[in-house]
This record gives sequence, structure tokens and C-alpha cells, in this order.
Amino acid sequence: MIIDESTLSIIYLVILMAFLGVELIGHVPSVLHTPLMSGANAIHGVVIIGSIIVMGIADDTLSMVLGFLAVVLGTLNVVGGFVVTNRMLEMFRRKP
Amino acid sequence: MTDGLLPILYLIASVTFILGIKLLGSPKTARVGNLTAAAGMVLAIVGTIFLYRHNGQPLHNVTWILAALALGTAIGWVMAMRVKMTAMPQMVSFFNGMGGACAALISILEYKTAMAEGLATSTGHSLATMAGLIIGAVSFSGSIIAYLKLEDRLGDIRFGGQQLVNNGLLVATVVVGGALVVGSLSGISTLYLLTVMALIFGILFVLPIGGADMPVVISLLNSFTGVAAACGGFLYDNMVMLIGGILVGSAGTILTVVMCNSMNRSLLNVLIGNFGGASGSSSGGSSGGSYREVSAADAAVMMTYAKQVVIVPGYGLAVAQAQHVCHQLEHELEGKGVTVKYAIHPVAGRMPGHMNVLLAEADVAYDKLVEMEEVNAEFPTTDVVLVVGANDVVNPAAKTDPTSPIYGMPILDAELARQVIIMKRSMKAGYAGIDNELFYRPNAAMLFGDAKASLTALVNEVKQV
Repeated sequence: MIIDESTLSIIYLVILMAFLGVELIGHVPSVLHTPLMSGANAIHGVVIIGSIIVMGIADDTLSMVLGFLAVVLGTLNVVGGFVVTNRMLEMFRRKP
Repeated sequence: MTDGLLPILYLIASVTFILGIKLLGSPKTARVGNLTAAAGMVLAIVGTIFLYRHNGQPLHNVTWILAALALGTAIGWVMAMRVKMTAMPQMVSFFNGMGGACAALISILEYKTAMAEGLATSTGHSLATMAGLIIGAVSFSGSIIAYLKLEDRLGDIRFGGQQLVNNGLLVATVVVGGALVVGSLSGISTLYLLTVMALIFGILFVLPIGGADMPVVISLLNSFTGVAAACGGFLYDNMVMLIGGILVGSAGTILTVVMCNSMNRSLLNVLIGNFGGASGSSSGGSSGGSYREVSAADAAVMMTYAKQVVIVPGYGLAVAQAQHVCHQLEHELEGKGVTVKYAIHPVAGRMPGHMNVLLAEADVAYDKLVEMEEVNAEFPTTDVVLVVGANDVVNPAAKTDPTSPIYGMPILDAELARQVIIMKRSMKAGYAGIDNELFYRPNAAMLFGDAKASLTALVNEVKQV
């Protein structure tokens, strides 16, 4: 079976990232689980990049409409995710 | 298909995501971590709009893209700023669903384009398209159901043979998806059928799961969306999507497992949704019979003359928006020389760490919040435990009654204290729907009423002692 170079390097990347994700979360106090989940939620909003690309190469009306919708939803994920996380974490700031 | 600068921007963004998750893991650096990842995201988005090249051409429809971004930002910002801290879990679920829907739409468009241009796509490419579609759609419909459940607009719905139907539908979805990948099925209408199947599966998958388990489900769907995003990354050879997606996929999975562990449940057990259901006649707590009531005035006296008071806050406190009054009570008691601490169960509130957020909102000092293992050692020497709107997390049945649905869940040993005062609206069972024998113990007394009203009464009484 032949796997081309770029697919192979993607497989490497996926495996390394999977381990990294496990390592990063392993020792987090339960206090921070909610903000962490919320922060991770905002980060997977990176899917918006894909929606920008499909929108940017769309040329018929249906694709434009669906692409527009995808970008709006992706933005909701990113902006909402980061703002909500920030609001939660502001609560943890030690007040004077 | 990109020029020299964009990959570097993507690289920087990827590093900020990794760094962001790392920094989110400690209370001191969490805020910086979130902002770091957000900055990386802005970099990646702006870079994509202006620097991405498709077959050597820059992206078109830029005005529309910017308009969509502006619209999404406005809506997302307002929603996120307006939501109450108590409603945070469902908000996270909602935003997660949006990401899932976005991933599913990308797959649909990608397939449409490939069909229109009559391009032969590689198996890997089709696999990523179908996986992104299925996972994204499941994540979307599942998250919306979770959102509705947490908003109390939807109850647990179970019917006979539900597991069979769910598993059957899952298998069918995967088979149709697989057929589309290998090419034995094709056409845009088949793709729409697949989308509908995945959406229905998402709904059925979350419907039977009890409200108390919703955080686990949200966390799981969160990691699903991560994987769906990574599929998109594979479609476009886009490193930042791959890294962000897989990172969240794996971190989210571990977080899900950790959350299950802190409730001493297996993931499978949560997903089958038998919490508080199957065992029916369990928990013989009600045989305990009579309970004692206490007035706010008496409770105030007990607490004022105590050396140490431990407050056990639960979701009831949050619903009543009573965290500020609670802080006031703590302040009054401290003024009388009483040591006050808060015992935080890992799943107090509706998500791990939710209670900490709510109390921090009310200015309660971070070091007054004591975690379960630590505070359990202190209960035998504590004079008064005040349980505010919590129930299952102090239910001794978790230790003593093997037939109880919550048997094995670590609990706060409140019953070991000299006196336990339980503030509740009524004798109704808790979230898990089971009775609590603690209420019938000789050292326990009930203070009925809305948490906020009762706490206000307590504050006034303590002032007068």
C-alpha cells in the first residue's frame, strides 16, 4: 500500500496532537473544567476557516447562501465561545 | 496553494491554541490563555480572508464573508454577554452546536463542488467529507437537544427499544456514509438523506440522557465538533484546522472521561441513560419517616455560636441567584468570629467547576472554597453544615446503599458534622430523582423556603444575635 508523503505527515500530526491534548488536560483541577471546556469549544471554532474558504470559492446562489450561513454559524462559535470563557474567567480574578 | 506568509500565520495560530489550552489549566493563567487563543484565531481568520489562494486565485465574495463575520460577531457577542452565569452550560452547548453545523455545511458544499466539477476525488478526501458531515450534524442536533434540556424546555424521553433504534440508525448512517465514500452510492440527494439521518441520530442520542449527565454529553459533543473541524482541515490541507480540531477532540475526550470519573460513572453508563431510571424502587430513604424543621432564628443562633460553619452550595443556590446573599451571611458570621468555609463537590452546580464560577461572581475568596477530599476530613470537627440547595452530593446512600442509582459516587460527608441544616424548597427529591436519608437523621434539620429568602432571613437573624 502506498501512502503519499503529505498524507503520512498528516497522520503523524494527528497522532502527536492527540497525545498532546491528553497531556494538556490530564492534571487540571476540576474547578477549571467548565472554563476549559468552554475554551476548547471556542478553539474548535477554527472550523470557520473552512467555511471562509468554501464561501470564497462559491459561485452559484445556493453555495453562496449555505456558505454565508456556515460563516455566520462558525463566527457564533468563535466569538460566543471566547467571550463566554472570558466572562467566566473574569470571575476568578482576585478582586482588590 | 498559499503564499509564504499564510502558513506562518497558521503556525503561530496553532501554537497559540496549544498554549491557550495549556494556560487554561491553571487558575492564575487561565484568562491569559483564553485571550492568547483568541488572538491566534483572529490572525488565522484575517490571514485566510486576504492571503488564501485557490488555484492561484485569491478568494472572492470577500464583502459577503466580512458581512457574515460581522453578523456572527454581533449575535455571538450579545448572546455571550447577556447570558446569566447559571445558564452558562447550555450556552456552551449552543455555541458548540453552531460549530458542528458549520462543519456539516462545509462538507455539503465541498461535495456539491466536487459533483459540479465532475472531479474524481481521492478516498481520503471523500472520507473526510462524509466524516465531517456526519459528526458535525450529530454534534449540531445533539447540542441543541442538550441546550433545550438544560433550559428545561425538554424532559428525558425514553421509549421501549430505544437503544436498538439508536444503534440501528447509527449503523445505517455509517453504511450510507461509507457507500458514498467508496462510490456505490452518489448524488446530492443521497447526501441530503445522510445529513437528515445524522441529524435524527443526534437527537435520539441525547434524548434519553438525564439532565444531571448533560455536562458529560456536552463535553463529548464538544470533542465531536473538534474532530469534525479536523476533517475540514484534511479537506483543505489546512494545518491550523487540523491541529485545533484534533487538539480539542482529544482534550475533550479526556475531559469527558475525567468528568465521568468524578461522578464514578462509566461513559457507557451515562450514554445508555439509565440514571435514576431502571432501579425504580431503590433507595429506601423514605422509610426514614419523620424529619425535623428548624426556624431561621434557631438556625442563626446555632451558626453564630459555632466555631466552624461549612456551607455546601448546590444548584438550588444558583437558581435562586442567592450567591450574593450567601457571601453576605459568610461575612456576618466571620464578623462574629466564626470560621466559614465552602465545601465544593466536583459536580456541584451543573458542570464541574460551575459552582466556583458562581461563587467567584459573588466575590467569595478563592481560598474559602475547599475541594471535596480536603473538606471531608474536616466534617467531624465542624459544628454546623449549611446545605443550600444541594441534595445528591450529600446523600449517604451513595456510600451505604448498593441499590441506589448514585451508589459509588463520591459525596461530601456532611452527616458527620454535629448539626446539619438543609435549606430546600420542599421535600422533593433531587436532580437524580432519589430520596435522601440524610434529611431524616437525628442531627439534621430542614429549613424550608426559597434559598434566597431563607438566606436573607438568616443574615438578619445573625445580625441580631
